[in-house]
Amino acid sequence: MNAPMNTAPVAAKKLKVATTSLAGCFGCHMSFLDIDERILKLLELVEFDRSPLTDIKHCGPCDLGLIEGGLCNAENVHVLREFRKNCKILVAVGACAINGGLPAQRNHLDLRDVLEEVYQTEYLLGRAGIPNDPELPLPLDKVHPIHEVVKVDYFLPGCPPPADAFWKLLTDLLAGRTPTLGHGLLHYD
Amino acid sequence: MTETDTIDAVLDRHRRDGTRLVQILREIQEQLNWLSPATLTRVAEGIGWPRAMVSGTASFYSFFHTRPRGKYCVLWSDNITDRMLGNAELMDAMCKKLWLEPGRVSEDGLVSVNTTSCTGMCDQGPALLVNYRAVTGMTTARLGEMVGLIREQKPVAEWPAEWFKVEDNVRRAGILLGGDFVPGSALKAALSRATAYATEASNFRSVKESLPAGMAGPLTMLDEMGKSRLRGRGGAGFSTRMKWEACRNAPLKAGHTRIVVCNADEGEPGTFKDRVLLTSHADLVAEGMTVAAYAIGATRGFIYLRGEYRYLLEPLEHALARRREAGLLGRSILGTQGFDFDIEIHLGAGAYVCGEESALIESLEGKPGRPRIRPPFPVTNGYLDQPTVVNNVETFASAALVALHGGEWFAAHGTEKSSGSKILSVSGDCERPGLYEYPFGVTVRQVLEDCGATDTQAVQISGPSGICVAAEEFGRRIAFEDLATAGAFMVFDESRDMFGVARNFAHFFAHESCGFCTPCRVGTTLVRNLMDKIARGHGSPYDINELFKLHRVMQGASHCGLGNSACNPVFDTLNKFRPAYERRLKSLDYEPAFDLDAALSQARQMTGRDDAAAHLTNEAEA
Amino acid sequence: MTTDLTFQLDGEDIAFTPGQTIMQAAKAAGVYIPHLCWHPDFPAHGSCKLCTVKANGRFGSGCTMEAQAGMVVENRTAELDDKRRTLLQMFFVEGNHFCPSCEKSGDCTLQATAYELKMMSPHFDMFYPDRPVDASHPDVLLDFNRCIMCSLCVTASRDVDKKNVFAMGGRGILGRRIHINSESGKLADTDFALTDRAAGICPVGVILPKRKGFAVPIGERRYDKAPINEQVKEPLKEATP
Ligand SMILES: Cc1cc2nc3c(=O)[nH]c(=O)nc-3n(C[C@H](O)[C@H](O)[C@H](O)COP(=O)(O)O)c2cc1C
Ligand code: SF4
Ligand code: SF4
Ligand code: SF4
Ligand code: FES
Repeated sequence: MNAPMNTAPVAAKKLKVATTSLAGCFGCHMSFLDIDERILKLLELVEFDRSPLTDIKHCGPCDLGLIEGGLCNAENVHVLREFRKNCKILVAVGACAINGGLPAQRNHLDLRDVLEEVYQTEYLLGRAGIPNDPELPLPLDKVHPIHEVVKVDYFLPGCPPPADAFWKLLTDLLAGRTPTLGHGLLHYD
Repeated sequence: MTETDTIDAVLDRHRRDGTRLVQILREIQEQLNWLSPATLTRVAEGIGWPRAMVSGTASFYSFFHTRPRGKYCVLWSDNITDRMLGNAELMDAMCKKLWLEPGRVSEDGLVSVNTTSCTGMCDQGPALLVNYRAVTGMTTARLGEMVGLIREQKPVAEWPAEWFKVEDNVRRAGILLGGDFVPGSALKAALSRATAYATEASNFRSVKESLPAGMAGPLTMLDEMGKSRLRGRGGAGFSTRMKWEACRNAPLKAGHTRIVVCNADEGEPGTFKDRVLLTSHADLVAEGMTVAAYAIGATRGFIYLRGEYRYLLEPLEHALARRREAGLLGRSILGTQGFDFDIEIHLGAGAYVCGEESALIESLEGKPGRPRIRPPFPVTNGYLDQPTVVNNVETFASAALVALHGGEWFAAHGTEKSSGSKILSVSGDCERPGLYEYPFGVTVRQVLEDCGATDTQAVQISGPSGICVAAEEFGRRIAFEDLATAGAFMVFDESRDMFGVARNFAHFFAHESCGFCTPCRVGTTLVRNLMDKIARGHGSPYDINELFKLHRVMQGASHCGLGNSACNPVFDTLNKFRPAYERRLKSLDYEPAFDLDAALSQARQMTGRDDAAAHLTNEAEA
Repeated sequence: MTTDLTFQLDGEDIAFTPGQTIMQAAKAAGVYIPHLCWHPDFPAHGSCKLCTVKANGRFGSGCTMEAQAGMVVENRTAELDDKRRTLLQMFFVEGNHFCPSCEKSGDCTLQATAYELKMMSPHFDMFYPDRPVDASHPDVLLDFNRCIMCSLCVTASRDVDKKNVFAMGGRGILGRRIHINSESGKLADTDFALTDRAAGICPVGVILPKRKGFAVPIGERRYDKAPINEQVKEPLKEATP
């Protein structure tokens, strides 16, 4: 107990991490950055693949994928599947990825009514009509949390999850522990 | 008569007694077609209950309509046996002919068509209820005629009588179905059997607890019950003598009496033997109840008759009236001073859970049929807190035979732990569906042979909450020692898909869960959704694990037998007919439950797009 | 022979008085048994099943089962906590629990229990049911999206307030819900008042006083300060007008 071993991870290889925001607000990413100076320590241990933090457009083979946001449109589904295909471990980060969150509040409404209200009501975007540009992803009729479409390995709740929770998750994973969050870190709000 | 007059007349007939709320609501609905908000308010005022409780009860029962319903309300019995006889196709055809969507009332308010849980006509399906009257043996021809009559708005009372004919279909009779019972004979035997000791003992109790004086023999009757080793026929197989004795010994509060309840809810899909007992052997059943009253010192009795058997109400009322005239019910039965007992009939209103004895009692008290916390048990704190015996119809019929012939005679039938006989309701893939009464101990194989079943793959014993036995188990016996049963015996031949069978049952439980406790309320729906997911071809081994997990949670944690056994059919078929599931699984380890491409269809429609990017494949492009 | 009125709860001796339930005895001893629908002031309802324990090897509800001398009761075992987590997930998928916008967050028994049992996700597919919000009453908002059907409001209104403003009605997952005691079904048309016991009894964020939003900031609320299992003996704080 009193003979501290040097327990710095035998960082033979850096952990490759990809992150993305689907139907989310980037709040989770912002919170992640709140780990402040620990990010420097983190960068010694991990390397970022596709992420808003990098400019990589497609996710390559990774050790870890962090997904913020739920599934609101076809594009979200494609990105999620790309992540699932490439990431050994997939983590749903934040309320939206875990239960649909704020965007899922539209699930009580019919998509038809939503689109009509937004694009065909005079005082909103009335004149524009419903856009049909093939470049635009089509919305799903309901918003879904990501675990309803792919298998998710871990969940990091919170809206957003506190920076310390990110840190705990990553350090647990780096150390090969099953991630756990204690009192104060596990939050749904 | 105005609506208020109608409501008030019903209220008065029931002495404005809130405990009769389920009966009040049914009778009002029979006249006014539905229970409007104003009706519920008036009823609440009439019985002096909070309105929220009245609407709480009205909204619990499937057969009560708190929104306008069609003038003709057609409900197709949706047990798996009806399915096997083609009810889905017939219902579909009916909806097409009437330009209807299932579950919706037609725009002119004329008709609605939907499904309902098993109506207890499995031996003569496909069956349906029209305005809560049972119709059997539906065919395409009958369907066409029926649609015509609905369009013509011909009152149901004027429809062809043969449509409403319900056959007994007794194929094999034993001591219950074959006997030549003389009303009153069992009671006379019971009264004459008293020993001096028993007379004295019951008289002693009578002083202490205001049981009628001069009443001889209740203890002897209990002794005979003990010798008979009769066990309850409603499924659990509890010793009838012990139940009666516990009720008899339960202390009475001032103004209370003991109560005898006949459980004629017969809601377990595939069970229809109580229907026949009440149709053709009503005296035997009522006499068994009266014997029970005599043995435990009860003065009030109820028959809780399932709403699906509404057509039996009048015949049963007549049977009871005849018994009153013959001195077999009412005051001083058979001239015995102080032996007072009478029976009322309460109709259920479409809720399987009301077969659970404490939920049944709640319903008798005018409330939603929610199983109570036990203990205390009904034998000490039952109907309006009074000591109450609840037994199955067949149990009472058997008890009458015990009274008539003695316990030893009865115990000579059947096996060591299962005395007497058992009536099986046989349906499904066999030549001669109907009732088969055997001494306990008969093998499944024997029954299959007798009913003309060939190439049998499986038999569902005791309904969805019972057990599914596969061919290699057909040597097993119907008895409490081996296969305990409430009576259902549904036969599936090699052509049937056992996954489909389990899925039908999963839908049944999700529909019938009372919603009181979390594991069953949510669990039955999760199980149904998983079964539907697998049926749509979106299942994966992950979902199979989920089913096992839900089984484990629901079985231990549910509040009553419904939730505890709701996963049985899924569990049994997963263990015995796994390939029926595996055939449908994707080889992937995870698949979404919903159709991703379909989830884009609304957006496609609204944007007019159909390009590649406007679609999603459903299999993950792994 | 002396009658020793104790039973074992996870190996610990718990004293009880005859007639006490396992839950009551455990609470008196300061031991946490997870529960949602049980409230010390009212008879047990027995619906949530979070309190499921194993007594002498058999599952049962701790809030309804009477303690017996010498009984051996399992409470916080991995097996039971797994079941409880599944039950919690059932609550989260059957309703609409969007904690970030819920006034009860931090004071909510459901949420705190889910933290205690380390519920990381709702796990199942969400039902997203359509449930009404009743804003008709001048002082109180009802948001049934979060109702866990514990019936505490029913009991409190009936037994304490003598008003019967609420009743449980309907059947099954689709039907079961709170009925309000008025023909319109609106709370404004009842004699409900903010001073009713029922106004403060809801363990989740259904019955909420209006214009009180976020008076105590998130982060400083009851279960922010300490986890629920450390507050067994604390009196329940009920929202007061
Ligand atoms: C969900 C459920 C439904 C039941 N349905 C019936 C029924 O329809 N008829 C019946 O006799 N017993 C039914 N039972 C069993 C009753 O609770 C009770 O055990 C039985 O009526 C006792 O009668 P017995 O001792 O004569 O068998 C049901 C139990 C459960 C849990
Ligand atoms: S197990 Fe099902 S039917 Fe029984 S009380 Fe619970 S919810 Fe109701
Ligand atoms: S009631 Fe509780 S669990 Fe539900 S949203 Fe509010 S804080 Fe979250
Ligand atoms: S409104 Fe609140 S107190 Fe009432 S049943 Fe729902 S959760 Fe319980
Ligand atoms: S606390 Fe016991 S069932 Fe809810």
